[in-house]
Amino acid sequence: MNITTLVFILLSVMAVGSALMMIASKSPVHSVLWLIVVFFAISGHYILLNAQFLAIVNIIVYAGAIMVLFLFVVMLMNLNADTEPIKNYRLQLIGVISGGTLLLIILSAVMKIDVEQMVEMKTGDAGLIKSLGFNLFKNYVLPFEISSVLFLSAMIGAVIIGKKDEITHEG
Amino acid sequence: MQPLTNKIKQVDRKPMTFMEKLYLPAIFKGMTITFSHIFKKKPTINYPEKQRPFSPVFRGLQILNRDEEGRENCTACGLCAVACPAEAITMEAAERQQGEEHLYKEEKYAAKYEINMLRCIFCGLCEEACPKDAIYLSETFTPADYQRKQFIYSKDDLLIPHPKENPDAYQKALGNRPQKVSEN
Amino acid sequence: MMLLSVDISMVLEKLLLIVVVISASLVIAMYTTFAERKVAAILQDRRGPNRAGPFGLLQPLADGLKLFFKEEIIPAFSSKFLFILGPALAMLTAMMTSAVIPWGGTIELFGRKIDLQIADVNIGVLYVFGVVSLGVYGIMIGSWASNNKFSLLGGLRAASQIISYELAMGISMIALLMVTGTLSLKEMVDLQQASYWNIVYQPLGFLIFLICAFAECNRTPFDLPEAENELIGGYHTEYSSMKLGFFLFSEYINMFISSVIMSTLYFGGYDIPFINEAAMFSPNVVAIIGIAALMAKTSFFIFVFMWVRWTIPRFRYDQLMYLGWRILIPLALFNMLATGGAVLYFK
Repeated sequence: MNITTLVFILLSVMAVGSALMMIASKSPVHSVLWLIVVFFAISGHYILLNAQFLAIVNIIVYAGAIMVLFLFVVMLMNLNADTEPIKNYRLQLIGVISGGTLLLIILSAVMKIDVEQMVEMKTGDAGLIKSLGFNLFKNYVLPFEISSVLFLSAMIGAVIIGKKDEITHEG
Repeated sequence: MQPLTNKIKQVDRKPMTFMEKLYLPAIFKGMTITFSHIFKKKPTINYPEKQRPFSPVFRGLQILNRDEEGRENCTACGLCAVACPAEAITMEAAERQQGEEHLYKEEKYAAKYEINMLRCIFCGLCEEACPKDAIYLSETFTPADYQRKQFIYSKDDLLIPHPKENPDAYQKALGNRPQKVSEN
Repeated sequence: MMLLSVDISMVLEKLLLIVVVISASLVIAMYTTFAERKVAAILQDRRGPNRAGPFGLLQPLADGLKLFFKEEIIPAFSSKFLFILGPALAMLTAMMTSAVIPWGGTIELFGRKIDLQIADVNIGVLYVFGVVSLGVYGIMIGSWASNNKFSLLGGLRAASQIISYELAMGISMIALLMVTGTLSLKEMVDLQQASYWNIVYQPLGFLIFLICAFAECNRTPFDLPEAENELIGGYHTEYSSMKLGFFLFSEYINMFISSVIMSTLYFGGYDIPFINEAAMFSPNVVAIIGIAALMAKTSFFIFVFMWVRWTIPRFRYDQLMYLGWRILIPLALFNMLATGGAVLYFK
């Protein structure tokens, strides 16, 4: 039981616990906040795997930007536990079945993996900025560029949607 | 329509030039203006330590005067109360008894003399009305207080300190007031 | 026990450094509040606080004491835990950035070489960026938990403002990273010590960074989240006592930290220009002079923060968004492209 294992267990408990809390909590705002805690736990795991770059990018992008927007929207919609619509039994049944199926698939996939090698902690440079950069721009340059084109088109689309109002207003 | 003054200035609605659109030169100009204020003289006076001199016509809190031997000037004639436009002054007269000559200058004196400072407008008409130079307006403010009744100043509050027993305080209370030439 | 296999003296050293850095930044932030009032007064031809202690130097203590003794009000329909978490988070995120800042060179004490930096992380710049992006949570959570419309509006303004300006800030930082080729703040300072300061290579980037820093710290002209005269204090409308103090204080810590970051990234950190101080003095003296140099640069930037606050009025909200999205981001992108081209051409 060294300090790494201890931290690993702590982070795992934190991740799983707050993920459960996220599902269980009634107020959507609390759910979002628990999700942020999950992201922090996952970033901690990245650091244990010696992937500081991934850890910090996870925090910047997910915790710092996306979750802020989530929180923003949830706060604006003023969703409360009492405004939540009551779902009928059929809907609930469908939800249970689809969720259970997903759980089964994940479980069967996890069970099939034969544990040959434990995850190595604090070693490897896959998550460091240098190796990541080399990988992205040498081995995977085509998928990287394609995804960047995708992002660019999304960006342009957003700009056009944002501009549309202005044009009709003026014209 | 005919303009009333020639001060009208047409608003400049020309489109901004490139330099103006940059905004930065204007911002720097503003910054230099605020920076230059660092070196300006500060008009503030550190109040309780330093005080601005009052103007000679300043009218503050009333003071009941005594003569050089410490006798009260007031004869309770009531002219000040009549002159007072705010009706702030009330008084009760009394006759001087034997052996009180060192206290009161003339045969009649004010046993009770009250000024309601909440009513007083510090116009100075009481000072003008007084034939005996018994009341004048000093160079102090009415201090703040917690209760209304404390603003009704009695004789104890208004009387000037005794010139013989407490000469320093007497001189201080007298202030820079130009001494009236007394008739008698 | 395997747990105790770490180097105890190193842990002690870092602990001491953390305590020193945190308390120093708290004290500096405290006196920044004093400096703010003094600078405001001087720029407006006034005298400023001069009653508490000599020259009013005890004023921040008096202010803090006052906040402690104020009645603590928690709104009845607020979510209590989040209401307390808000200011705590604001304070935490404000303090966290100081971990990766190189405060000076190396000091030799009792035969040990002590780096004046809590953690020389190889992703220092990104860490700073990450913590800054988290800074909005304290405001958002606090504003939502207050259960007040003005607070919520302030929180939403803060969130959208910080997200918008983070983009331009990040892009201007990427241009800087292209020039330096490192993410570690320590290495950046070393590079600047060896050659020119980064401001020489990145003047436009610095300008964008400066403007974004104003926005990220919620300072005038970008203080819309707290806009006293339209939102009655914005996100801290419902706060009182020391919780309000935490919010106000975190703003000043943020200001201090971003001044330090700016001097580290663009103005050579603890480097003194034109002087080869290492050749003149012993290493310990050099380190202390370095700290002094960093503090001098930092105080200059703090002064600039205040100077701008008392010069430029607040933006309207649409102007703020226009500036962020339509001017700063294209400018930052252009700066990044130009820098990339220049780096390619010269290497």
